[in-house]
Amino acid sequence: MDFIFSEEQQQLRDSIQKFISKEYGFEARKAIIASKQGFSDKVWAQFADMGLLGVAFDEAHGGFGGSSVDTMLVMREFGRGMVVEPYLSTVVLGGSLIDLGGSEAQKQAILSEVAQGKLLLAAALGEPNSRYELNCVETSAKRDGAGYVLNGHKAVVLHGESADKLVVSARTAGAMRDTKGISLFLVDKKAAGVAVQGYRTIDGMRAAEIRFANVKVGADAVLGEVDAALPLLERAADFAVSALCAEAVGAMEALNAATFEYLKTRQQFGRPIGSFQALQHRAVDMMIHCEQSHSLALLASIKVQSEDPNERKRTVSAAKIQIGRSGRAIGEEAIQLHGGMGVSNELAAGHYAKRLAMINATLGDVEHHAERFAGAA
Amino acid sequence: MDLNYTKEEQAFRDEVHSFVRDNLPKDIAGKVLHHKRLVKDDWERWQKILYKKGWVAPNWPKEYGGCAWSPIQQHIFDEECGYLGAPRVMPFGLVMVAPVIQHFGSKWQKEYYLPRILSSEDWWAQGYSEPGSGSDLASLKTKAVRQGDHYVVDGQKTWTTLGQYANMIFCLVRTDSTVKKQEGISFLLVDMKLPGVTVRPIITLDEEHEVNEVFFDNVKVPAENLVGEEGKGWTYAKFLLGHERTGIARVGESKRELEQLKAIAAKQLRNGKPLMEDPRFRDRVTGVEVELMALEITLLRVLSSRTKPGPEASILKIKGTDVQQALTELTMEAMGPYALPFRPEARDAGWHGEPVGPEYAASAAAVYFNYRKTSIYGGSNEIQRNIIAQMVLGL
Repeated sequence: MDFIFSEEQQQLRDSIQKFISKEYGFEARKAIIASKQGFSDKVWAQFADMGLLGVAFDEAHGGFGGSSVDTMLVMREFGRGMVVEPYLSTVVLGGSLIDLGGSEAQKQAILSEVAQGKLLLAAALGEPNSRYELNCVETSAKRDGAGYVLNGHKAVVLHGESADKLVVSARTAGAMRDTKGISLFLVDKKAAGVAVQGYRTIDGMRAAEIRFANVKVGADAVLGEVDAALPLLERAADFAVSALCAEAVGAMEALNAATFEYLKTRQQFGRPIGSFQALQHRAVDMMIHCEQSHSLALLASIKVQSEDPNERKRTVSAAKIQIGRSGRAIGEEAIQLHGGMGVSNELAAGHYAKRLAMINATLGDVEHHAERFAGAA
Repeated sequence: MDLNYTKEEQAFRDEVHSFVRDNLPKDIAGKVLHHKRLVKDDWERWQKILYKKGWVAPNWPKEYGGCAWSPIQQHIFDEECGYLGAPRVMPFGLVMVAPVIQHFGSKWQKEYYLPRILSSEDWWAQGYSEPGSGSDLASLKTKAVRQGDHYVVDGQKTWTTLGQYANMIFCLVRTDSTVKKQEGISFLLVDMKLPGVTVRPIITLDEEHEVNEVFFDNVKVPAENLVGEEGKGWTYAKFLLGHERTGIARVGESKRELEQLKAIAAKQLRNGKPLMEDPRFRDRVTGVEVELMALEITLLRVLSSRTKPGPEASILKIKGTDVQQALTELTMEAMGPYALPFRPEARDAGWHGEPVGPEYAASAAAVYFNYRKTSIYGGSNEIQRNIIAQMVLGL
């Protein structure tokens, strides 16, 4: 039992912290968000140089052979810096779908491109009626000669507009909520029949509705097993959830630090408001929320690799439940303790609260994971 | 980072598990697991079994007959004992006063008291709180006046847990009322058989006799029973607080209670289905279970840190008691209307009356009310928040 990061891991963390404090301040981030594509190519190239884009991929595929713990470290720092670049969609979710389910040829072709920052991915999994159920798939993929034809509507695809390639879940057999009959396809975003409606998200990122109208793909576009992609989807989603939990912990840490600092400096009635016990106790509860979240984020980053799917699901869902509740509590308290400044868009505090609330709404909220947790008991 | 126990730690857990499983008397475990009433002999029997094995003092150094286990080993031991239904080893002698005697006591105090604590020959009580001094402990008024080779003690202590069984009590007493309140306090070991000591029961909401008032009326305590220096009692008291860190979260016990809650909720019905399958109830159980999972890792993070646990360990007290209380609340609610029947006699082992409702319902509401104490004792959870706010957050 030890909670100590290796020297390499500490270096990785330090280099990201250095980068964020030097080049990714609140104003720089604001300018990036206001840009046309909503993230910075320059920053993305720097992430590639720092080795962040291939941190968890095998060396044979252009990666650095790291583990889920390395991904956790990266995401935690990104949480602190509220990084808006498409790391979750391209590297964590898109990358792990290919890493876990791709053929050797697909891995060779895609992962090293991702690691070098030359290729962006997005996972088009959700649909207007699916909420968080990965098995709820109406988008269809019908046999067409050797290939398939895709039709359907994918909802709130994170960074869908900027992606070069989409990983799309589609039904090749069965009814809308069947666990069998789901397949994954790699679709070029520029392919004929793909219509993308991009938009901003409230937490400063981008997402898109993507419609597929008779989109033709070849047999080599299939990712993983035909009709049996759900286990792969769940594994990759769990990996992404554990990464999101780490991001949330970073955001909580930064938001708590900002709030406690505000309590020490803001003067009312002739003294710092942090001297009032009513506020002190709420600050302590924010700290406890963060520590409890941190504990389960660490556990999830290890157990997400478990060979036992029940253990994996249980731990990852537990972490997402904790983070959903604690993130909401910390976000709301931070705004309240900042007073009027808390509702100002000019202060970082509210932006952390936005991100934390949207993390809860990404890849399963508290209720979704509570149901899953009970099912995996 | 590696969140698995080492091979050695795992082997240690197996060893503890088999020993406790094979040596914990079945009647005692039965009482603990079913929330029956424990009597003095139950605690003493278990402590003597541990003493014989050499495991009664996990936190003591080897030179005094302790195990000198690492914090992680102590946690494993606590967890297995809690999980298997061992009664809690009485902390007042072994965990609280012993380290104070070891660090600050005289040669005589060490040679006389430590072996008697180890063998459970003495049963200790804690004399801290007073009617007018709860959270503001340093305002305590029980005074000890030096007269020749004695201190004369007058005053009152309260909330003295199981003081009715104790023959020794360690007390914070005021020896100087002319200086700052913390600086006039001394640490005194008092024989409860001395003339002038009276114990009066306080009956709690579950109608149990667990705590007491202890009155001191002109009690002559030999001066050799002063620990360390006069006026340093507050320092020793704070030192003592730092020693009750590993067990405070009660993870093993809460795991056991959670399992029992699930078993009960699987038998109770709502709308014709097991309560545990009712989404409303199940989500509340899940909420507690997730907090408990997190608490275990939080505890291990505190225990694994290379520095001694500091004020951040107050988190363990707050969260640990939150979880314990939530479990008793859910267990009581799981009974539905069978939470109402109150039959204290049914909590005696060997009672063979006609039961009312399921057997496990007999203690649920009583335990719920009993556990209200956890967020109040040992430094109320509000005091714990003050400690974190000031010492950790710097507010």
